[in-house]
Amino acid sequence: MALKRFVVGCFDDEDVLFPAVKKVRNAGYKIHDIYTPFPVHGLDHAMGLRETSLHTAGFIYGITGTTTALASMGWIFTRDWPMNIGGKPNFPLPAFIPITFELTVLFAAVGMVITFLYICQMGPFVKKHHFHPRATDDLFVMVIECNERTNVNDLKGFLQSAGAVEVDYQVAESGWWLGRYDQEQKLYAEEPAVV
Amino acid sequence: MAVAGSKPNQMHLKYESQIREPLVDGNKTYHQVTEDIIRPIEAKPSTLWYVGFFISVSLLMFGVYSVYREVTYGIGEWNLNKTIGWGWDITNFVWWVGIGHAGTLISAILLLFRQGWRTGVNRAAEAMTIFAVMCAGQFPIFHMGRVWMAFFVLPYPNTRGPLWVNFASPLLWDVFAISTYFTVSLLFWYSGLLPDFATVRDRAKTKLRKLLYGIAAFGWNGSTKHWQRHESLSLVLAGLSTPLVLSVHTIVSFDFATSVIPGWHTTIFPPYFVAGAVFSGFAMVQTLMIIVRHVLNLKDYITLGHIEAMNKVIVLTGSIVGVAYLTELFVAWYGRNDYEWYTFGYSRANPLSPYGWSYWSMMFCNVVSPQLFWSRKLRRNVWFTFFMSVIVNIGMWFERFVIIVTSLYRDYLPSSWSTYYSPTIWEIGFYLGTFGLFFTCFFLFAKYFPVIAVAEIKYVLKTSGENYKDKMGKIEEQKPEDFARDYAH
Repeated sequence: MALKRFVVGCFDDEDVLFPAVKKVRNAGYKIHDIYTPFPVHGLDHAMGLRETSLHTAGFIYGITGTTTALASMGWIFTRDWPMNIGGKPNFPLPAFIPITFELTVLFAAVGMVITFLYICQMGPFVKKHHFHPRATDDLFVMVIECNERTNVNDLKGFLQSAGAVEVDYQVAESGWWLGRYDQEQKLYAEEPAVV
Repeated sequence: MAVAGSKPNQMHLKYESQIREPLVDGNKTYHQVTEDIIRPIEAKPSTLWYVGFFISVSLLMFGVYSVYREVTYGIGEWNLNKTIGWGWDITNFVWWVGIGHAGTLISAILLLFRQGWRTGVNRAAEAMTIFAVMCAGQFPIFHMGRVWMAFFVLPYPNTRGPLWVNFASPLLWDVFAISTYFTVSLLFWYSGLLPDFATVRDRAKTKLRKLLYGIAAFGWNGSTKHWQRHESLSLVLAGLSTPLVLSVHTIVSFDFATSVIPGWHTTIFPPYFVAGAVFSGFAMVQTLMIIVRHVLNLKDYITLGHIEAMNKVIVLTGSIVGVAYLTELFVAWYGRNDYEWYTFGYSRANPLSPYGWSYWSMMFCNVVSPQLFWSRKLRRNVWFTFFMSVIVNIGMWFERFVIIVTSLYRDYLPSSWSTYYSPTIWEIGFYLGTFGLFFTCFFLFAKYFPVIAVAEIKYVLKTSGENYKDKMGKIEEQKPEDFARDYAH
C-alpha cells in the first residue's frame, strides 16, 4: 500500500487554531484534516468543507417511514383483511396518525444513524489511523499532507510560528481509514470573502 | 494547556453574558475536564458501589422470581379482580414510562431551547430514560399472561390468517410509541457517547480497556468532518425526539382517554400526562444526580445552578399537574354526569371513601409540596431537593394508582363492586424487581460509562466555565468591524 507523508501540528487552544488555519490555507498548504476533542463551531467553514447533507437524507428516510406506515396500514385494513371494528371505516385516517408519526420518526432516526456511520466509515471493530492520542482529550491536531515539493522542515517551522505547541512528521499507509475530506477543500483564494 | 485570555485580542468565539451562573465551577482546563469525568471509570469502584450493586441485583433476583411465579401460575398470582383488571401492574408501567421522559426532554427539547445547563446532566438523564423505558416495557408484556405469545402484538404476515393487529387501537399505538421511543433514545444516547468512548480508549492504560472501549467507540477519531455530521445528526435527532417525547405519554394517556370509563374519558389527559411525566422524570433525575455528584465527586459539573434549574422545571410542571387535577375535578362537577361525579366526588375526593387516602396523598405530594420550590433557598438546598424528589415520585405513583384503581373498583353494576384491592407479594415483588433492574443498569452505567458528556462540557467550557467568565467582557467593548476582522473566516 502506498505511503503518505504528513506534518502534524498540535494546538492547545481553538482561538489560536483559527488564525492558524487561515494562515496555512493562505500559504497554499492543503489541510488533510483537523482532529478536535469537541465540535469547534465554524472550523468546517474555516477549512472550506462543504455542508453535510445528512439532514436531507434524514428527511428522505422520514417520508419513507410515513409512506410505509400509511401504505401498509391502508393495504392491510382495506385489501388484505378488512375487519369490521364497531362499524368504523376501514381506513380511519385519524386513528392511523399515531403509528404513522412513530414510524416516520423511527425510519428517520435509524436511517440517519446508519448513514452517519457509513459515510464516516465507523462501526464496531473499525480501526483508524490516529495521529495523536490527545486529539480526543485536549489537543487540536492539524494534519497537513506533504507532496513531493513540500519542505518538511519549513512547514514544521511555519506551524510553530502559527502557534502549534507540538509538531511532528508522520508516515501513514493511505486508505479509507484516513478519510478523504481534504478533497472537499477549495483553495482559499477561490473562495469569496465572507464576513 | 489552554489559558483563556492569555492574548487579549483572542477571545473565545462564542459569547455568554457574565450575569449567567457558570456551568462548570473551579479552575478547569480541557484536560482537567477529561480527568475529572473519566477518572471514576479507571479507578476501582468504592465499597459503597459494591453494596449498592449487590442490593440492586438482589432486588432484581426477587423480581425475576416474582415474574416466574406469575408466568408459571398465571395472572391469579396477582390480586386483580372482577373490576380492577389493571391494578399495580399498569400503575407501575405508566410510572416508569413517565420517568423515562426527562432524559430525552433534557437532551432534545432543552437542546433546541439552547439551555446550556443541560450539558451537565443530559448523559445520565438519557441513560436513566433508557433504563426506565426498559423497566416500563416489562409490565404490559407480563400482564399478557401468556408472555410467550407477546410477539402477537407485532404486525407481520403470519400463518394465523394472516390475522393482523388493530392499528386503530391505542394499545397498539403504545407498542409502536414505546418501542420507537426506546430505539430513538438509545441511538441518540449512543451517538453522543461515541466521542467520549474514544476519549476513554485513547487514554486507556490496560489492554482490555483499550480493546473494549475501542469497540464501543466505533473508531471515532475526532475528524472535523465527522464532528460536522455528528452535529447535524444530533440536531435532527433532537428535532425528531422533541415531538416524540410528547407523543409517547400522549399515547399512553390515550389508553385511558379513549375508553368510556368515568374518570378516564377526558380530553385533558394528553397534556396532563405529559406534564406529569416531565415532573416525575425530573424528580428521578434529581434523585440520581444528587447521588452521582456526591459519590463520583462531580460537584463542579453538576452545580447548584443545575439543581436549581431542574427544580424550576419541577415547580412549573408540578403546577401544571395541579391545575389539571383541579380542572378535572371542576369539570366533573360542572358536567353534571352522575357517573363522572361519583368517581371524582366520592371515589377520589372524599377522604372517607375506600381509596380517598390515595387521592389526598397524591394531592399533597404533587401539588402542595413542590410549591416550596418557589423559595430560592430551598431550590438550592441539595438535601431538601433530594427529599422532595422522592416525595414527588411517590406522589406521581399515587397519581397513576388513583387514576386506575379509583375509576375501576366500582363499575356500573354494584354487584360486581370489588372488595378492597391490595397487591400480593408477587405484584410488589415485580415492582421491586424493576427497581433492581433500573439500579443495576444505573450502577453499571456509573462505573463504566462517562456519566457526563465530556465533549459537550469542553464545548461550553470557555463560555460557561467559572475561570473563563470574567474574560468575556472585552468582546462587548470591541467594535463590530474589529470583531469581524479578528474572527471572520
